[in-house]
Amino acid sequence: MRTAFLQGNEACAYGALAAGCRFFAGYPITPSTTIAETMARELPKVGGVFIQMEDEIASLAAVLGASVGGLKAMTATSGPGFSLMQEHIGYAVMAEIPCVIVDVQRLGPSTGQPTSPSQGDVMQARWGTHGDHPIIALSPTSVRECFDLTVTAFNLSEKYRTPVILLMDAVVGHMREKVSLPAPEELEVIDRARPNVPPEWYFPYEETASDVPPMANFGDGFRYHITGLMHDRAGFPTQRLDEINAWLTRIFRKIDAHVDDIAITEAINVEHARTLVIAYGCTARAAKEAVYMCRRHRVGLLILKTLWPFPKDQVLVAAHEAQRVVVPEMNMGQIALEVERLVGRSKVRRVRRADGEMITPQEIRAAIEYKE
Amino acid sequence: MATQRQLIYDYLRHKKKFPNIWCAGCGIGIVMGAIIRAVDDLGYDKNQVAMISGIGCSGRMPVYLDFYTMHTTHGRALSFATGLKLARPELKIIVVMGDGDALAIGGNHFIHTARRNIDLTAIVINNATYGMTGGQYSPTTPQHMLATTAPYGNIEQDFPICELAQVCGAAFVARSTVYHVEELQGYIEQGLEKKGFALIEAVSYCHTTYGRLNRLGSAVDMMRALKENSITRQAAEKLPPEELQGKIVRGIFVDREVPEYTELYQKIIERAQSGGKA
Repeated sequence: MRTAFLQGNEACAYGALAAGCRFFAGYPITPSTTIAETMARELPKVGGVFIQMEDEIASLAAVLGASVGGLKAMTATSGPGFSLMQEHIGYAVMAEIPCVIVDVQRLGPSTGQPTSPSQGDVMQARWGTHGDHPIIALSPTSVRECFDLTVTAFNLSEKYRTPVILLMDAVVGHMREKVSLPAPEELEVIDRARPNVPPEWYFPYEETASDVPPMANFGDGFRYHITGLMHDRAGFPTQRLDEINAWLTRIFRKIDAHVDDIAITEAINVEHARTLVIAYGCTARAAKEAVYMCRRHRVGLLILKTLWPFPKDQVLVAAHEAQRVVVPEMNMGQIALEVERLVGRSKVRRVRRADGEMITPQEIRAAIEYKE
Repeated sequence: MATQRQLIYDYLRHKKKFPNIWCAGCGIGIVMGAIIRAVDDLGYDKNQVAMISGIGCSGRMPVYLDFYTMHTTHGRALSFATGLKLARPELKIIVVMGDGDALAIGGNHFIHTARRNIDLTAIVINNATYGMTGGQYSPTTPQHMLATTAPYGNIEQDFPICELAQVCGAAFVARSTVYHVEELQGYIEQGLEKKGFALIEAVSYCHTTYGRLNRLGSAVDMMRALKENSITRQAAEKLPPEELQGKIVRGIFVDREVPEYTELYQKIIERAQSGGKA
């Protein structure tokens, strides 16, 4: 345990290092740049590599190349760069290459408001790359959580051979808090499964009991093929429908069947809550205060740390007795759509703000106490 | 040198992926053969070699070869290779790209990878068109030539690949054609042995699309044209510029010592670990 006064971005970088990240490639962009700066300074100290690439497309490409070489790797960006990365998020899904992509959200679309926070990239994280695919996205609410969820992001990416997106925002990324960071031995760190068969028996995309085939590093004697094309179990391109279907079914199943392991939420006073607030990221901080202000009125709070796959069960359980579900978020209602799908549109009150200012506890309280 | 049969057994995924997808008469297979013989002549262990490609006709090469192989996205092969090289500096990494791949969509990555002088051997197979999508004009289609997207003739200037790599800081730059196979193989060997970014341009005009649209004759005619229309750098230097119009200048453009990226980064690691100030 060590105590420090840190920015969310710095905590994210330290979390990555603690999780075993040894490669970072990125391109400067506000409000994520301090992650790159911290990694540039710290990575060589642990024998890792930092490189500043020519753009965000190349950054994620280099991350994937390094991950195939056996290093845990990540990049960090904000909305405009995140848009450029979508091409390679799809490649990482297709080729099942573990990596972590941090998006410190700022107000968009386009250049938008670089120094103002937003939660506008929730749906881009889900569906930004083309084609049907599963994805994991996490969202921290505090500096300590920036550290913890970065470790979790690496663990999930290694465990499920998938890209994991960490959706931070300009508030949690830039604010400073006093934090106690866990010592290395207190952390659970997961490394990808390695093949335990000789190279000639190895199939990098084989169906396995866990749905996650072991991954060999380039350089370790397993000479296999990786492609963004639909491929068979050996990694070679295929047009056979049975192989394409089997692959697509498996990559969805490997996430969907483990939602319990992936979906992280924090429930506060949700039992018998007649009004439930569902919040994430920096907005959850204001929601906490609003719920405290309304504590006499059976108001509960569900904080979503995992946004994708959507924590469906936790939301249904928490909203079980609720007459009203308030969803504050700094966009025009991206998570609210998911909540409406589950609990019914008539119950949901959105508190939306997409002007670069945080939602205040008073605004959330007004929605909680609103008389129809 | 090993026999042809032995090379096939040693380096091709011969039981799995053949016949290949290239048109009969295409030069990409000739480049692949040159790469195989280069790797064999240099005596590299296959477990030491990775091949990364982008998208297009050339992008399909890695699937046939028994190395660590990766068929990446359009234009980004060099960026993937950069990450792999930094993770695994001991690997010999060959990057195969087409002209549209390397210079249009991947132009930015091309100039910056050359500028970093990271130890990769990049081979650009220049067929002067987008072959796989059916013959659109590319950054290396000569001016006034026809393409399916330039039905009135191409009005853009073509990109000189070798000159570009040279000014960006590459350590080794050479050009040959698929007619001059032994010369090409020699350049690939020199590129592989060079510590730093090596760029080899292999001219291999596409006869199926570019040749047919521009009435350049059969694959054999176009191969003969590579022989007749190309000239060595030494001979080119003696000719006035107007006589070089339309000629392919072959030879080594650059062979120089430039500090290599992974070695420079290793020094940073040593400095950081010995308590050196950032």
